[in-house]
Amino acid sequence: MKPVETADMGKPAANAGAEFSRRDFFGVTGPGLLVLFSTEALEARQETPRQRRQSEYPTDFNAYLHIGANGRVTCLIGKIEMGQGAMTSSAELLAEELDVPFDSVDVVMGDTERCPWDGGTYGSMSTRVYGQIVRRAGAEARAVLLQMAAEQLKAPVERLKVEAGVITDTAGGKRVTYAQLVQDKRIERHLEKVPVKEVAALRQVGHSVVRKDGREKVTGKAKYAGDITLPGMLCARILRPPVHGAKLKSADTSAAEKTGARVVKDGDLIAVLHERRDVAEQALGLIKAEYDKPAATVDDVTIFEHLVKMGTKPAVVDQSGSLAEGEKQAAQIVEATYLNSYVAHAAMETHSAVASFEDGKMTVWASTQTPFPVQGEVAHALGLAPQKVRVITPYLGGGFGGKGANQQAMEAARLAKLAGKPVQVIWSREEEFFFDTFRPAAVVKIRAGLNGAGQMVLWDFLTYGGGDREAKQYYDIPNQRTRSAGGWGGGPDGMHPLAVGAWRAPSVNTNTFARECHIDMLARKAGVDAVEFRLKHLASDKRMKGVLEAAAKRFGWSTRKKASGVGFGVACGTDVGGDAATMAEVAVDKTTGQIRVKRIVAAMDIGLIVNPDGALQQLEGGITMGLGYTLSEEVHFKGGDVLDRNFDSYELPRFSWLPKIETVLIENRETPSQGCGEPPIITIGALIANAVFDATGVRMLQLPMTPARVKAALSRG
Amino acid sequence: MERAIAFTLNGKPTKVTVDDERMLLWVLRSDLGLTGTKFGCGATYCGACTVIVDGEATLACSTAIKDVAGKHVLTIEGLSENGKLHPLQEAFVKHAAYQCGFCTPGMILNAYALVHKTPRPSRDEILKHMEGNLCRCGAHVRIVEAIEEAAVTMKGGAR
Repeated sequence: MKPVETADMGKPAANAGAEFSRRDFFGVTGPGLLVLFSTEALEARQETPRQRRQSEYPTDFNAYLHIGANGRVTCLIGKIEMGQGAMTSSAELLAEELDVPFDSVDVVMGDTERCPWDGGTYGSMSTRVYGQIVRRAGAEARAVLLQMAAEQLKAPVERLKVEAGVITDTAGGKRVTYAQLVQDKRIERHLEKVPVKEVAALRQVGHSVVRKDGREKVTGKAKYAGDITLPGMLCARILRPPVHGAKLKSADTSAAEKTGARVVKDGDLIAVLHERRDVAEQALGLIKAEYDKPAATVDDVTIFEHLVKMGTKPAVVDQSGSLAEGEKQAAQIVEATYLNSYVAHAAMETHSAVASFEDGKMTVWASTQTPFPVQGEVAHALGLAPQKVRVITPYLGGGFGGKGANQQAMEAARLAKLAGKPVQVIWSREEEFFFDTFRPAAVVKIRAGLNGAGQMVLWDFLTYGGGDREAKQYYDIPNQRTRSAGGWGGGPDGMHPLAVGAWRAPSVNTNTFARECHIDMLARKAGVDAVEFRLKHLASDKRMKGVLEAAAKRFGWSTRKKASGVGFGVACGTDVGGDAATMAEVAVDKTTGQIRVKRIVAAMDIGLIVNPDGALQQLEGGITMGLGYTLSEEVHFKGGDVLDRNFDSYELPRFSWLPKIETVLIENRETPSQGCGEPPIITIGALIANAVFDATGVRMLQLPMTPARVKAALSRG
Repeated sequence: MERAIAFTLNGKPTKVTVDDERMLLWVLRSDLGLTGTKFGCGATYCGACTVIVDGEATLACSTAIKDVAGKHVLTIEGLSENGKLHPLQEAFVKHAAYQCGFCTPGMILNAYALVHKTPRPSRDEILKHMEGNLCRCGAHVRIVEAIEEAAVTMKGGAR
């Protein structure tokens, strides 16, 4: 297994190999019940050795929960809430193990001073990995409380029952509440290896609950980092280069200084500070700066050739059988090259932070997926001890893997120290696009073969630039190889001309697009129905088979009716332990090239589901977001110049795009909870491409499938 | 030009003395401390800063403060009354018609403008009216359901 460094999530490409696959996951934990040991090992593998020494999940359950004198339970977690619903699911898990009402749990997240350490919120780990830690903490606390109650009530533990935080002696009916036992204190007693509840004993988990963040979010009371307002706070607007790689030659700030705004210069950082952000912005516009710009080399058209040229030394990710034997057995060969573009995270909230430096202590409110790493980064940059830095994470207005680089938090902290006053940094939308760590552009080449009986006997998959997560084949093919050069964590120097990083299901959107389009082509070559063909090659993956069958049943795949200009598609995929199968109906306007997605059915198996409605929110959201990278989203660039800098040219999915979405959650309570945020998005590219082929007979090999590309493909025939 | 601008904000008479070309968004957020109105793009492309001005959905990022002089401005903070949520807010909570919540104030207020003009909007009318509001989390399906339900609850009448 290769070294993993997801601590670098979201950072510009630096070093290779920041991948984390399903195989790694099961390789570590085995297929059985998750236990704390393995989750620790799993997390530990994702940190650098330096961090591993400093940071690990506390073993004392008091770090995760506090029972107040009023009976309310505070759930403390180092994860953050960016919309994915971890606030709600964590509360549900803790309520379950403690046997307290869900409504009695309050959640505090992402505060380095109050919450237990965590490496960051990414990789669909909040429930899959961290949920298990929350459950263990709750289970141990409950067992300790029962022991304390047994002593107080003078009754054996076996005679006690717990209901809504009240422990009752079943013989005699004497009662004591958690709150009375704890008396607002830290619980000093501990027990070894208390198991979490058996699946059959779960009472709350598996039932939908109303999200904890609803009321705040519909009333405008929910605070995001940019909403934090401190006395004397100054808003910063920062001078930015016109293109990446540009060097500042000169800056005349005299006009800006005359406006009453304060200009701060510190090395490479030139910022304008004012109590009003818009006034600071005006002053920033008065700075006359000159730059040396590097010559543009690669652009969004030549990038694909460039990636292949840079990827001369692909690593073998997976291999079995013999390619030579596969070639020999193959009666028909299908070869294709797939292209995928850079896409932006484009969270609705731009990177924001507020920093305050008082009495030698720095407090930073940051829009970040990685509060604890920010603490370390700020401490390091400003020469402070880590305990002199507190990072507080209010609600995030979206993350999707894009809020782990934390440049804005560093800027706010640096400026607060320089200015001697609290400083707010809210990036403009233009800065957000410019400094984003894009999902990498990629090229995938596949050569595959069928034998005379229509069985896949050869599969040779080679990806450049996109990364190898879930690149390996899961359909049954005796002779296969998967290779990868570079990825979202980096690659050979200069492979990616723009900063790249984790983007919701990193690598997997591209790899699934290529694989599932290719499977579709093979099915057609074999003259077999696309679903039947897949099922035939899924004998060793019963779970995926079940998901596909569920989707087909809901969709009415076998009874679908073809009409002119209308097509049906199917695509499957797996990520972070979750399996998804999707089906779609699309209509293609042959004169405009416009694709209209009419209906999508999605089935997902993510093991034990904590909050079913939360899982559905992720499923629907993933599908809707996926339509963007499938149909319109693409970052245009020329050298270091990012050409798309706002939503006029960079088009996100809109209301008018909405297909009818139908979802199926597979009941699979015996499998531990798997990732839920990422699997729903991964199939959408191939799903729509396959349906477009069905509608038009034209194979789209490049994402996004813009009207111009579809028109061009149609005219080529 | 710096001058006093008077308008009604969430039902209360309000006066600010500011450069009258400044945008309503920043006056709300930094001068008046109402941070429920969000900055998303600064250029009318995303709808996160939607507020209601004299009954019309208005993009605060591109509306100068001088243009609301003498008018009624409603922001998300003014939608609930005495702690009681507006039917649209109730429906957004019930349907979980949000994820990160950053676009939510703008979504709710744009929907508010719709249901006041078109008490029982069709699904197509909702889609068309909401087209300019972006949601990156993909809560669209639920937002449409929430608006449909709130419109029914309001029976063409409530507030």
